[in-house]
Amino acid sequence: MLYRETGQFKRNYAADQQLFPIFQDKILLAAILVVALAVIPFVINDYWSKAILLPFMVYALVALGLNILVGYCGQISLGTGGFMAVGAYSSYKLCTAFPELNLIFVIIFSGGCTAAVGVLFGLPSLRIKGFYLAVATLAAQFFLIWMFNKVPWFYNYEMSQITAPPREVFGFLVSGPQAEPAAQYLFVLGFIIVFTWIALNLVRGRIGRGWMSIRDMDIAAELLGIRPLQTKLLAFAVSSFYIGMGGAIIFHIWLGTVEATEAFDILQSFFVLFAIIIGGLGSVLGSFLGAAFMALMPVGLKVVLVDWIGMVPVTAKHIEFMLVGSLIIFFLIKEPHGLARMWQITKEKLRLWPFPY
Amino acid sequence: MELIYAVLVQPFVDMYLDPLIFIETVIKGLMAGVLYSLVALGFVLIFKASGVFNFAQGVMALFAALTLTGIMEYLPDGLPKWLSVIVALGATVVIMILLAVIIERVVLRPLVNQELIILFMATLGLSYVLEGAGDLMWGSDVKVLDIGLPTDIWDIGGVYVEQLDVTAAVAAGSLVAVLAIFFTKTRIGRALRAVADDHQAALSVGISLQQIWVIVWSVAGIVALVAGIMWGSKSGVQFSLSLIALKALPVLILGGFTSIPGAIIGGLIIGLGEKVVEVFWYSVHGGAVENWFAFMLALAFLMFRPQGLFGDKIIERV
Amino acid sequence: MAEAKVIESGGSPGASGSVDTRTIGAPVLAVENIVVKFGGVTAINDVSFDVREGEIRAIIGPNGAGKSSMLNVLNGFYKPQTGKIHFAGETFPSMDPHFAASHGIARTFQNIALFRGMSTLDNLMTGRMLKMNRNFFWQCLYFGPAQKEEMENRAHVEKVIDFLEIQPIRRTPVGRLPYGLQKRVELGRALAMDPDILLLDEPMAGMNVEEKEDMSRFIMDVNEEFGTTVILIEHDMGVVMDLSDRVVVLDYGVKIADGTPDEVRANQNVIDAYLGVSHD
Repeated sequence: MLYRETGQFKRNYAADQQLFPIFQDKILLAAILVVALAVIPFVINDYWSKAILLPFMVYALVALGLNILVGYCGQISLGTGGFMAVGAYSSYKLCTAFPELNLIFVIIFSGGCTAAVGVLFGLPSLRIKGFYLAVATLAAQFFLIWMFNKVPWFYNYEMSQITAPPREVFGFLVSGPQAEPAAQYLFVLGFIIVFTWIALNLVRGRIGRGWMSIRDMDIAAELLGIRPLQTKLLAFAVSSFYIGMGGAIIFHIWLGTVEATEAFDILQSFFVLFAIIIGGLGSVLGSFLGAAFMALMPVGLKVVLVDWIGMVPVTAKHIEFMLVGSLIIFFLIKEPHGLARMWQITKEKLRLWPFPY
Repeated sequence: MELIYAVLVQPFVDMYLDPLIFIETVIKGLMAGVLYSLVALGFVLIFKASGVFNFAQGVMALFAALTLTGIMEYLPDGLPKWLSVIVALGATVVIMILLAVIIERVVLRPLVNQELIILFMATLGLSYVLEGAGDLMWGSDVKVLDIGLPTDIWDIGGVYVEQLDVTAAVAAGSLVAVLAIFFTKTRIGRALRAVADDHQAALSVGISLQQIWVIVWSVAGIVALVAGIMWGSKSGVQFSLSLIALKALPVLILGGFTSIPGAIIGGLIIGLGEKVVEVFWYSVHGGAVENWFAFMLALAFLMFRPQGLFGDKIIERV
Repeated sequence: MAEAKVIESGGSPGASGSVDTRTIGAPVLAVENIVVKFGGVTAINDVSFDVREGEIRAIIGPNGAGKSSMLNVLNGFYKPQTGKIHFAGETFPSMDPHFAASHGIARTFQNIALFRGMSTLDNLMTGRMLKMNRNFFWQCLYFGPAQKEEMENRAHVEKVIDFLEIQPIRRTPVGRLPYGLQKRVELGRALAMDPDILLLDEPMAGMNVEEKEDMSRFIMDVNEEFGTTVILIEHDMGVVMDLSDRVVVLDYGVKIADGTPDEVRANQNVIDAYLGVSHD
């Protein structure tokens, strides 16, 4: 009863196609934004930032990127870790080569570098699909990680572990050990808001439709005049852009120090893939829900299993593995469209609540 | 210029100058290839019979090996070695069959009409479950796997050959022969091929998909056990086993997803190529190319010959 | 150089006595000596025919005669081994799919080729893809030129939705629609392309009498109101005879008849191969 659309008529197509046509949804979004912008920066502390909010946000960004490629365009990729590394290392090289460059631009240009690499490794998608493509992206994953480990130019001929230099944005320190959690949080939040909005615009317009048509039936798409080549490569480019930015942000803001083989290995690729499966393929909301789940579940499990019940952390890790794997299988069986669809169904039920039908 | 020389000339010169090392490298590579083939064999079985791309095959090998060592640790010390090996092997085989039944019931049956990509992702989840379960049950420290396989090294005219590798090759060869006979000569083998072609059609002639899948996954589980034993005896039972098994994927691409001889030959090529490039082109790349060489080779194949050397050509109809 | 012909009633659309005032022009599409082989099978064996502007051309024949393959050739999905295609004032050895689409050829499929993950509206909007070209930057922003273009094309698509009477299922994911409606949506997607030539591959397959009448009405309306040339594969002889202006008959990849429905109906080869004789 509370959540109903009656009386909310749209008078033109533009209103019909807006992002949040239902008024109650707009209120929810406004509430979330108010909390995010006006409440959290004042109560945030280092633990909450490093353990909960930052991981959630960066993985949301990366998941958004991967979802564009896998969920909207239907191209499987297991190379996410490698692309995150490209973002991180290119941002490192940019930072050290251009110390005066604002971090915002560094991250955006890193995204651009990753997009170029993504297009290169996306070329096979023109000839192969499905799990064949998955294996091809594994080539990208393993090669890139090897390259960042072996080729000293990438880490400026010092140790293969790279450390983010301190940088200020608008007068506030956002990277380096002295940075304030609130500043870091707002910096990343800015990226999230802007690029989520861009992603939403892309997927509801002609580009998103092109991606989805390739996903659903690329032969038919071609006969409508859609060019599979350009469309797939664009998906790789945009997806890698987001993933690269995520990698750069992970490096500069969240971790501060990374080593290619640890921080961006194949487990990361699986991690993000699981996030979008659980959250919902082909859904922006799903990317956020899935990222929240994957980032926060280990924390939650640790609190429950280790702190409360008293298990050894290693055992908790094993249980986490089993839980994630089982949930993947569960979601694929019960709700292939993930948490996002479950949320949609909840909203539909809310329309009738408290009446049963 | 120097680089071109280093890539195109120097390695072959080295091979010529030091033939013993070359032969040893070749043999080591082929033996590693045999081990990849064993894992790939399991993949091919399941793919041939159900069209499912079982990402968890490598983890199944790890799980099987973990179970074997775990059971062996569990058995009382007083038992004679050969008896404990037989009991442990028998118990592990039973467990792998049980695992196949559970997988069929919980994962495959609910997803029976879904697209293959969904099944693939389900096996991805399965690999995580098995990984966690194996570690949980038997602990995640590195284990020694010793079931009495010969571990000496032969010296053949200056070339060192490990007996373990030869045993693995013999095991693989026998497995292939047995499986080939199984697929072509027996009634169940025929049913398996029918299921691989078309689930619905197979159902309509009365083949019980459930039975077939349990059989296939059991056989794949036993193959995984053999692979796990060979790998584990060589380098201990540990998590990296499952990552090594990822390399079975390029093997399949080279050999073709549906071909058993392809799995063997693909494995040999990959193993050989990796080792030779690693050793003789070291000055060019600086080591550890084994991480990605197989995948790059697979990528090249995917671009020019996606069905691999022996696989079926993929035709798309509107 | 179009010759205007007023076609009299009897064996043509509107055959209930009304005068048909369409203009059938010169050939807009022609194939010449087309041969299509797959391995050892010859799907199309030296077939030639033309299609005139504004007419409804039927391709009929028993199963496996090569009808869908012929459409695939016209679309650019199959490349013939030999032969020529005359289209848009030029001659090609084969058709390029993108060229076909951008020069006004649209198509429906025997087994529905809709995008199942998308709604009816989105599917129809994909038909407008060639008309939408606001660049990437504007797409990121959405507000501004991209939105304007989106709304313009939405208006076009709404006209098609009205024409086909599918307003209630605008937002439904097409995978959930019943078969008959899916076929209609697929027609809608082809119509959204503003095609000059419409290739319909068994548009009435699996439909009951009412649905067939609806579909026939839509096809006739498209042909009359917009002057769209229609090439139609169909098995229902009643539909073929009523709707089409000329008919091509294929059998085992070979053309065995080509003419008006009456001519074809009386052709002995066609009767032997396909139509059969009615036993009273």
